[in-house]
Amino acid sequence: MASNPVEYLPGKQPHPREHRMIFRNVDRAGWDASIDTYLNDGGYEMAKKALKMERQDIINEVKASGLRGRGGAGFPTGVKWGFIPPTNTKPVYLICNADESEPGTFKDRYILHQDPHQLIEGMIISAFAVKANLAYIYIREEFPHAATIVEKAIAEAKNKGFLGKAIFGSDFDLEIYVHRGAGAYICGEETGLIESLEGKRPYPRIKPPYFPAALGLYMSPTIVNNVESLCHVKHILQMGGAEYAKLGTPNNTGTRILCVSGDVQKPGYYEVQVGKVTMGEVINDLCGGLKPGRTLKAIIPGGSSAKVLKADETYKLKDGRELTIWDIPMDFDTMAACGSMAGSGGVMIMDDSRSMAWVINNLNKFYQHESCGQCTPCREGSPWMAKISDRIIAGNASPDDVDMLEQVANQIEGKTICAFGEAASWPTQSFVRKFRDEIKSMTKADLAGRIVNEETKLAVAGLEA
Amino acid sequence: MEVPADLEARIDEAITHYPVSRRSAVLPVLHLLQHHFRYITEESVAWTAAKLGLEPIQVLEVVTFYPGFRQTAPGKVHVRVCRTLACAMAGSYELLEKFCQASGIDREAINHHHPIGVSPDGKYSIEFVECLASCGTAPVCLVEDDLHEKVDPAAVDKVLAQYS
Repeated sequence: MASNPVEYLPGKQPHPREHRMIFRNVDRAGWDASIDTYLNDGGYEMAKKALKMERQDIINEVKASGLRGRGGAGFPTGVKWGFIPPTNTKPVYLICNADESEPGTFKDRYILHQDPHQLIEGMIISAFAVKANLAYIYIREEFPHAATIVEKAIAEAKNKGFLGKAIFGSDFDLEIYVHRGAGAYICGEETGLIESLEGKRPYPRIKPPYFPAALGLYMSPTIVNNVESLCHVKHILQMGGAEYAKLGTPNNTGTRILCVSGDVQKPGYYEVQVGKVTMGEVINDLCGGLKPGRTLKAIIPGGSSAKVLKADETYKLKDGRELTIWDIPMDFDTMAACGSMAGSGGVMIMDDSRSMAWVINNLNKFYQHESCGQCTPCREGSPWMAKISDRIIAGNASPDDVDMLEQVANQIEGKTICAFGEAASWPTQSFVRKFRDEIKSMTKADLAGRIVNEETKLAVAGLEA
Repeated sequence: MEVPADLEARIDEAITHYPVSRRSAVLPVLHLLQHHFRYITEESVAWTAAKLGLEPIQVLEVVTFYPGFRQTAPGKVHVRVCRTLACAMAGSYELLEKFCQASGIDREAINHHHPIGVSPDGKYSIEFVECLASCGTAPVCLVEDDLHEKVDPAAVDKVLAQYS
C-alpha cells in the first residue's frame, strides 16, 4: 500500500504520545473525504485482498487481534461474529452503529465526516466475513452533514464497483445504506437500534432469546458493530491479527480513541495504544494539565454511564499493585478492576470548582429524558432520581433524600431488559457513595421526615380526607 | 397536504433501501417529510401510513417517541443547544438563556412537554437537547444542520445573524 507522508493541519498536530491509526487521516493536511483521495493513499486494497480470502481466515485474524468493541461494552468483535449459528440459512445483516450518543463520546463523528471510506472498507471486509449482502449504517439524526458525506461516499464506492453486484469482480454482492435515527439515545443499544431500523419504537429486546447474532434484524442473524470497531478490521487485515495484538497490552489490544472533555487545558480526541498511557498522562501530557490553580476532584472515565472515580481514591488490584487515580492505565481490564469501565472512551474531567450534586443532577436529567419507558423501574426511577437531585441542588432536600436517591438507583440496577438500567443507576450510585458528605451538606436537617413534594402532599391529603 | 412530485420520488427511492420490509422506511419517510414541511402533521402521519401500508398508529407511535420528530411548527431557523454534562460545565445553560433573549423566546415556556420555544415573529425556535457528541468543543449547538462549537454566550447574535 502507498504510504504518503502524513502531515497535519496547522495546530492539529497529534501529540507525540498518540498512535494514529484509525485517526490517521483526521485533520490531515491535503486530505478530504473523496474516494480519489482515499485511493491515492492505498485505499480499498484490503477490501480487495479480503474478497480473495477464506471467510473463516478473516474471522480468525479478527479473533487473533483481540479487538474489543469500541462502542462501550468492550466485547470481543471476532467472538461476536462467531455467534452466527453455523447452520444458519437466513440472510445475514451487518449494521454499523453510528448512533454515537453516550455523553462524553465524540470520536465516530470525525471518522464519518473526514474518513468515510475507511469505514466503508472496514464494512466491506466485515460483511464479506459474516456473509452479509445488505448492511446499514445507523447514523444519529444530529449528524446531518455526516449522513450526507457518508451517502456520497457510498455512491462513489458503488460507482467504482466496490459496492453493488459482484464487487471487485468477485461473486460477492453488497449494498450499504444509511439509516438515520431521530434523537433517541436508546437507539445505541443494539436491539433497540434493530427495532428502530424495523420502523418501530426502539424498545430493546429481551436477551435471551434475542441475541442479534441469532435473532436480529427481521429475526435474522445480525452483527452490530461500532464505527471505530469496523475501521479497526481494515487495519487488522493489513497488519495481521497477531501483529495487531502487539499494539496495546495483553487482552487490551490495539489503539483506541480517547475523547477528553471537561476541566482540562486541551480537551479533544487522542488515539493511543490501549493501556499504554495512564490517566495521569492523559490529563497532564495529552491534555496539558488541569486549569490553572485547580485540583482534580473526579473523573468519569468511559462515558457518562461509567462509575465516577474520586481523585483521592486508591485501588488495590488482585496482583497486589496499588494504584492512585493518576496511575490507572487506560485499558478495559484495569479500569474494571478499579470499579468503573473504559466504556466508550469518553473521559470527563471535573476539578474542585464542580459541585458533585450538580453533576449528578445533570446526568439524572439525561437518563430521565432518554429512558424508553418499557421497564417500570427505569421509567419511574429515572425521573424520580432527577426530582430528588433537583431538590438537593435547590436546597430543598432533607439528608434522607440523599440516601433515597441511592436506594432508587439500587432498585433500577439489574431489574431492566437492557443495560440502560445500569447506565442510569451506576453514576447515581457511585456519586452518592463517594461524595455522600458533600451532597448531604447541601441538605437541611430540619427537613427530615417532611413530605416535600406538592403532588405527594395533595395525594396524602386526599387519602386522609 | 401536497407532496411535491420530486419529494415523493425521493421518498420512493428511500423505500427501496428496505427490500425486506416497507415498515423499515417509516423513519426515512418521516425525515423527508419533516425536512420539507418543517414538522410532522397529522396529515403527514396518515400519508406515511398509506404510503407504507401501515396503520396510522404505527406511524404516530414513532413520531411521539423520537425527540427528533417535531409535532409543532418550529421557527424558520431552528436552534438546538446541548444540555448535557460537558456542555453544561462549559456554560450551555447560560447559552440557552442568551439565545432565548436574543430571539425573544420565553425560556420558562420551554420544558419537557413543550420542548421547542418559538419566537413571536416565527423567525427562530430554540430547543434544549441532550448530548450532541461534541463534548471536546463545548458548549455546542446545532443551528439547522450546522454545528457551532465553543459558542460564546455573549456572541449568540453573531451566530443567529448568519441565518437571517
